[in-house]
Amino acid sequence: MSRIMETIESRIWVFVEHRQGRLVEVGLELIKKALDLRGPTGWKVAAVLLGHGISSLVEETLRYGVDEVLAADDPLLEEFCNQAYVRTLAEAAGKRRPEVLLLGATALGVDLAPRLAARLRTGLSAHCIDLELTDSGELLAVVPGWGGSVMARISCPGTRPQMATVKPGVFEMPRPGSPVGRTIHLKPVLDAKDIAYRVTAVYREEVRQSGLDTADVVVSGGWGVGTAENWGLIRELASILGGAVGATRPPVDEGWADEHQMIGTSGRTVKPKLYIGVALSGHMHHLVGIKTPELMVGINKDPKAPIFDHCDLGLVGDFKEIVPALIKAVKEISGR
Amino acid sequence: MRIIVCLKPVPEPRQWHRLMLDPETRTLLREGIPATVNPLDKHALEAALRLREGMGGEIIILSMAPRDTIPVLKEALAMGADRAVLLSDRAFAGSDTLGTAYVLSQAVRSLGEYDVILCGNETIDGGTAQVSAQVAEFLEVPNLMHVSGIEAAREGPFQVKTRIERGYRAIEIDPPMVLSVVKEVNVPRYVTMMNILEAEDKEIRVWSSNDLDLTEPIVGLENSPTRMADLFLPEKRRKAQLLEQDAEGQARVLADRLHRLGFC
Repeated sequence: MSRIMETIESRIWVFVEHRQGRLVEVGLELIKKALDLRGPTGWKVAAVLLGHGISSLVEETLRYGVDEVLAADDPLLEEFCNQAYVRTLAEAAGKRRPEVLLLGATALGVDLAPRLAARLRTGLSAHCIDLELTDSGELLAVVPGWGGSVMARISCPGTRPQMATVKPGVFEMPRPGSPVGRTIHLKPVLDAKDIAYRVTAVYREEVRQSGLDTADVVVSGGWGVGTAENWGLIRELASILGGAVGATRPPVDEGWADEHQMIGTSGRTVKPKLYIGVALSGHMHHLVGIKTPELMVGINKDPKAPIFDHCDLGLVGDFKEIVPALIKAVKEISGR
Repeated sequence: MRIIVCLKPVPEPRQWHRLMLDPETRTLLREGIPATVNPLDKHALEAALRLREGMGGEIIILSMAPRDTIPVLKEALAMGADRAVLLSDRAFAGSDTLGTAYVLSQAVRSLGEYDVILCGNETIDGGTAQVSAQVAEFLEVPNLMHVSGIEAAREGPFQVKTRIERGYRAIEIDPPMVLSVVKEVNVPRYVTMMNILEAEDKEIRVWSSNDLDLTEPIVGLENSPTRMADLFLPEKRRKAQLLEQDAEGQARVLADRLHRLGFC
C-alpha cells in the first residue's frame, strides 16, 4: 500500500501564493515550468495553497494543469505568519516527501522559504533565474551572485526536498484550461503559539500600472540622467515609442523613478522586444532583469561603458543631445 | 536591553570589477579587494544603537568570517557597538546558509539571554537573504524580514513595519526576536576620528569551533546541503555596433532602424 501511495503522490511541489483573493502570477509561472521540467522523471506536480476560505482559489489553480492541489484551509493561516506556514508545510513535506519544492521570490516567499528549509534541514537556492531538472531528478538552480556579475549553478545532492525561490516574470505564464487534477486537504494542527506575531494592519498602494511587465518597449534610465528634470526625457522617449519606463537603482534612490520601475536582481524582470538603456553603465544587476529583446540599444557618453557589450546598437554621446534628437527623428519618421 | 547585531564583512562593492573567475578551479578570485561592512548591516547596527539610546543596554557584534576581517569589526565598534565576537575556523569555511545560520545561532546561545538580534535583510555579495531567518529558526524565536521601521517600548511588544509588495504590514512582536532590516529603516551615522580612537580598547573575542556546541553535521563545505555545481560569468550577449555620427545623425540611424522594425 505504501509503495502505491508513493507512486501516486506528487514529487514536485509549487507553493502558490494569493493576495487579496487572487493567485499571484509567479506561482502559476512555476506550475508551467514544473510541468515542462518533469520530462523523463514523470513526476506529478502539485500546487500547494495555504489560507482561509480558499476553495475558489483551489478550483482556479486546478485549471493550470497540476495533478494535485494540496490545500490547507485554516483561520490561523488567513494572515501570513511564517511560523504557522512553516509548520504546515514542514509537516506535509515530512509526510509526503516531495523531491522538489519551488516558491516565488516574493516578499512572502523569501520570508517563508529560508525558515522552512532550515526546519527541513535541506538546501535552498535563492532568487533563481533558471531551473533545470536532470533525468535522475536532480534540480539545478541558476542563481545570480555578486549583483549578477557571476552566475552559479546550485545543486542539493543529499537532502530533500530540493528547494528554490524563483524571481517573478522569469518563466512564462500558462493559460488556464479544463481542470484535470484532484484536491487533497491538508489538515494542519495549529495553535495560537504558531502565530508568533500579530499583524495589526496591512497597507497596500493602489496598483499603479507601470506597464513594464507586458511592455514591448522599455526605455530605462540610470544614474547618468542626473536630475529629475532630465528624467522627463526618459519618460518622453518611452511615451513616443508607446513603451514603459524602467530604471536602475540610483534613479529610484534619488526619487526620479518609482520603486516598482526598478529592473534587475532586486527589481522586476521585463521581456520587451525593444530595450533602450540611457545613461546607465550596464551593470549585470540591472541587465539580468532584461530577457533577450529583439533589439537592445545603449546610449552612453563612454564608448567603453559595459552596456555596449550587451547591445546591438550603441549611440555614443551626451544623452541630453541624443534623446531630444531621437524624439524628433521618431516623430518625423512616423509622420507625427 | 541586550542586542546582538549579525554582521558580514564583504568585498568592497566598488571594486567588484576586479573579481575574476579562475578558469581551472572555477572559484572566484577576490585577491586585493578590501573587505568592508555589508551595507545593510550598518543599518542594522544603527537600529541597535537607537534602541540602546532609548532603553540602555549592550550591543554585541557577531560575525562569522576569516580572522583578517578584524578591521571591519573595528569599524562597527567605532560606530558604537560595545564588543564583538568573531567566529573563525577553517571548519566553518564553505558553509552554505544553513551551516552559517547554525554556527551563528549556537554562538548566540553561548552569549546567553538577548532581546533582539538585528541583521541586514541581505548581503550585497551572496544576497540570498536566508541566513537571518534561518538563525531565528534554529533559535526557535519569531523573525521579521524587510523591516523598515522599529518602535520599542519599555513594556510590551515592539511595533514593527515590514515592507511588502507596494505597501507594508504593521506588526506587534515580543522579544526575543530576529529583525532583518532594509535601507529605509534609518540612516547610519558617520564615524569620527574620536570614535575610532575610542573603539581601540573595545574587546574582540575570537571563537573557534571548539568554543561552540556544534552537534549537527551541517557545517563546512562538505556538510552543507547545497553544492556549487558550476560557476560562470554571464555571457556578453551582444557586441554593439557603435555609431560615430553627431547626435542628430545617430538619432536618425536609430529612428530609421526602429521604423523598419515597426517600433515607430
